[in-house]
Formats: sequence, C-alpha cells, structure tokens
Amino acid sequence: MQNLELVFPEIFISLGIMFLLILGVFKKNSSKLIHNISLVFLLITAVITFNETLSLNKIKLFNNSIIIDYLSSFMKIVTLVAAFLVLTISSNYLKSLKIFKIEYPILILSSVLGMMIMISSNDLIVFYMGLELQSLSLYVLATFNRDQIKSSEAGLKYFVLSALSSGLLLYGCSLIYGFTGSTNFDVISNQLSSNEYALTFGIVFILVGLAFKISAVPFHMWAPDVYEGSPTSVTLFFTMVPKIAALTVFIRFLYVPFLNLIDQWQMILIFLSIASMLFGAVAAIGQKNLKRLVAYSSIGHVGYALAGLATGSNEGIQSSIIYITIYIIMNLGLFSCLLMMRRNDVYYEEIEDLSGLSKNHPLLSLSLLIILFSLAGIPPLAGFFAKFYIFKSVLEQSMFFLAIVGLLSTVVAAFYYLRLIKIMYFDKEHEKFDTDHGIWLKFSLIASTILILLYFVFPSQLIDIVSKINII
Amino acid sequence: MTEVGLGHYLTLGAVIFSIGVIGIFLNRKNIIVILMSIELILLSVNINLVSFSIYLGDLSGQVFTLFILTVAAAEAAIGLAIIVVYYRNSGTIRVEEIDKLKG
Repeated sequence: MQNLELVFPEIFISLGIMFLLILGVFKKNSSKLIHNISLVFLLITAVITFNETLSLNKIKLFNNSIIIDYLSSFMKIVTLVAAFLVLTISSNYLKSLKIFKIEYPILILSSVLGMMIMISSNDLIVFYMGLELQSLSLYVLATFNRDQIKSSEAGLKYFVLSALSSGLLLYGCSLIYGFTGSTNFDVISNQLSSNEYALTFGIVFILVGLAFKISAVPFHMWAPDVYEGSPTSVTLFFTMVPKIAALTVFIRFLYVPFLNLIDQWQMILIFLSIASMLFGAVAAIGQKNLKRLVAYSSIGHVGYALAGLATGSNEGIQSSIIYITIYIIMNLGLFSCLLMMRRNDVYYEEIEDLSGLSKNHPLLSLSLLIILFSLAGIPPLAGFFAKFYIFKSVLEQSMFFLAIVGLLSTVVAAFYYLRLIKIMYFDKEHEKFDTDHGIWLKFSLIASTILILLYFVFPSQLIDIVSKINII
Repeated sequence: MTEVGLGHYLTLGAVIFSIGVIGIFLNRKNIIVILMSIELILLSVNINLVSFSIYLGDLSGQVFTLFILTVAAAEAAIGLAIIVVYYRNSGTIRVEEIDKLKG
C-alpha cells in the first residue's frame, strides 16, 4: 500500500460525493451551497492531480490494475477543468428551468469520478467499473428535466442503447479474458500470440462498445436524439467530457495490450473514422435544431480524432489529444452562445432563432462567427491547426485515402457552418435577446474565443505539453 | 455420452447473448422486454466468464462476474426509474410510440 497518495484525487472526490449527499439530505434548500462546494471540490481535485502526479513517470498501483502516467494526469486535468466550466455556466440555465437541484452537481461529480477511473485503468475490471459509474450517472443526467417528455425520452433512448453497448463490450472482455487468461492489460499483451482470431473477435466487440460511447458512425444513432432532448447544459457536458475519457480508453486499450495486432484493428478504426467524418458532414446539412446540428458536427469531429488514432504512431496519438482538447474549447464557446440565446427565461435553440443576430448583438455574433470558422477549420484559427496536426500525422504514415476523405468532408462540413454565419449576418432580425448573463457564462465565451483566435501566436505551448505523452 | 466441456458452455453463452441482442432489435411492443434482453446479455457474459475461469483455474473471472452482477442490478434499477418517469409524461411505454425526437 505504498504510493496510496497517487490515487488521492480519486479518494478525495469520492469522499466529497458522499459528504455532499449527506449534506443534501440533512440541510434543506442547499442546492446553491452544494453547487458551490462541488465547484471547489473539482478545483481542489485538479490541483492535487496537477501537483502530485504530473511530474511522475509511469507508476502502477493495486496489482498493476491502475496506471498513473503523464497521459492519465493530463487527461484527468482536462476532464476536471471541463467539468468545472460546465458546472459554472449551467447554474443560471438550471435555475430558469426550475431544475436547480442538489443532484445535478453530485451526478456530475460521480460521472467525473468514473471517467478518472477509466482514464487510469490498466485492467478490464477497473475499466468496466469506471465506465459503468460514468454511464449510470449520465443516464440520470440526460433525464434530469424529468417533467418534460423530451428529456425523459432522451434518457430512455440513451439508457437502452448505452446498456446494449456495455453488454457488447463486456462480451468482448469475456472473450479476451478467456483466450489470454488475464484481465490485466500488461499480461494480455504478453499472451497475444496464443490465439489471434479469437482475440480479434474480442477486440471487435470492445471497439463496438467504445464506438457507441463516443458516438462514432455506425453506432451514432443515439447521439442526435439524446443531444436534442437533454437540457442544454447536460448536452454541453455530453459533447465535452465523456469524449475525453473514451478517447483515452481507446488509446490505452489499443496501444498497450493490442499494439502487435495493429493489422487487425487498424482497418476497423479507419472505417469508423471515414464513416464518421462523411456522415457527420452530410447529415448535418438538413438540420433545423441547433443542438441536433451540434450532435452531427460532434460525430464528424470524433471521426477526425479517430483518424489520428488509426495511424498507430506516437504522433497520431498526440495529434488526437490536441484535437480533442481544441474541440472542447470550441464546443465550450459554441454552447456559451447557445445559452445566451434567452428571452424572458425561455431558451431558443432553433437555427431560425439565430437569424439577424448581428444587428442586435454584434459582439455575440462576432464570437460565434469566430467559433464557427474555427469549427469549420479555417486558418489561422485553432480548429485549423487541430485538423492540420491530424492530417500531418496521417500523411506521415502514407494513409492518403484517409487524408483525402478527411479533407473532402471538411469542405462539405464548411457548408453548414457557413450557412449558420449567413443566417446570422444577412437574414432579417428578430427581437433582442436578454443581455443580463452570468459572469461565468461571459467569461467562458470570452476565454474560449480568445484562445481560439490567438492560438496561432503560441502554438508550441500545447504541443510541448502533449509531446511528453509517449505510449509506444 | 459426451462430456460437457468448455465449448458447450461457450455455445450456451453465445446463444443467450444472441437472443438478448435479437430481443432488443426485434421487439416492437414493450420497453420492459428490452430491459429483460439487456439482463440476458449480461447473464450470458457471466456464463462465459465463469466457464473460462473454471477452465483456466484462475479466480479473477469469477470476481469479474460478481462485479457485473452488482452493476446489472444498479442498471436495472436506474432503467426502471427512467421508464417510470417516461410513463408519467407520456402515458405509454410502447416502443413504437417513443418518437417525439426525430429528424
């Protein structure tokens, strides 16, 4: 039990969840208090993770079932910061929907705990437990606005499909356990030669399960419905935070135990990536609801992140991590704009409501313009660099077809982002939206816009951090 | 009489797994049936794990099974709760009528 302090972030956050639950039971009307305390908890956890583990080399704990290395620390900090920002900007939205309850921050904290466990898992059992803790909290979050039929239907659909995907994933786990004799990733990688075909079955099942969780085509069908039905702040959480953890698990799972079977899984990953990029670009064109549009655009972006993973090289992994980090920043900005479209406590989420935004709200529409250009990948904004790194690492492995499809779908995707801009700037205006937004909402919009706009001034900062991640 | 070996158990697991998956996709009537199908999938995984564990003489498969059983119970509880919430709003749990979100 040496080195127990390395899992101190997880221990701290789980004790914090229990404390908040007890507090919520015994103190009436404590939702605001609990909201603030959980923000503090998230910050403290991020600081602990930063202090204790960022400087370390690879360390394994609990019979090698948990791994703490640079990748896990970086991803945990990104998760915690993203969850913190989501929680801060959602409080006003929840208040105006009258669902500002104690359960919301607690559920977010427990899903973050699940993601942290997933991120540092080095064993199939630990990985599964983290995944389930995460998804069980997400089911309830999707249903959070429970008196509204859309929200409960979103939760129902998410529950059914996600439980099915966990089942598929588990079946793959059982096959891998059976044919290698262990659940530990390191032992699995030593036993690979024994029975390659049975193992390929196991890998395919697990990849299907994971692709469900990050909504890659052809396992994406839950995403648009769930994103549209859930409350907007929960949709923001869905688009940002679980993707980080699932991407890390993808990296860990494919590159630690199964690196030698790269011929078996590379084709699957290339297929997932190409299908997601194309589908995300094409299907978003006809959408009317902004949240549905975001869902399709996130499917497309996941495709690019997977393209980096399909390369099988360290540069590919690093470019995926950079991509997902920048994607999170862009999404934060996009949803801050979405949460600002409010008139008398009613939130508007149709594309139609954007029309003529620039006449009434020039600053808001300018930042939305920057964010949309960045999502479309137009230089010199951050989104361009994210795509650039991906294509660079893909081309270095001479996977030309993947790169060409990626570029083409970028062009198609640019169409619907540009259409939004056209509606914002050239269509007839509606009434004004309210302008009395919370300080955190303004802060996250301004911060993400500035980060996107000025990324090209200091691109080496992020690259320096990410280039320390060496898996292979 | 042939002896019942690992292959038989794996076949049983695969059959139950397929019944579960098919049950989710073919079912047009009731969400409760989907919940039962999910349970079937998890149970087939348990059969697989336990038989592998006996075959390999390694305990971690059975430990995994215990974890899966607990998680399955939690999942069923949350699933039923979501179904109750949905029923309160819509007055039906027929699968064909869950179509408010489309596009």
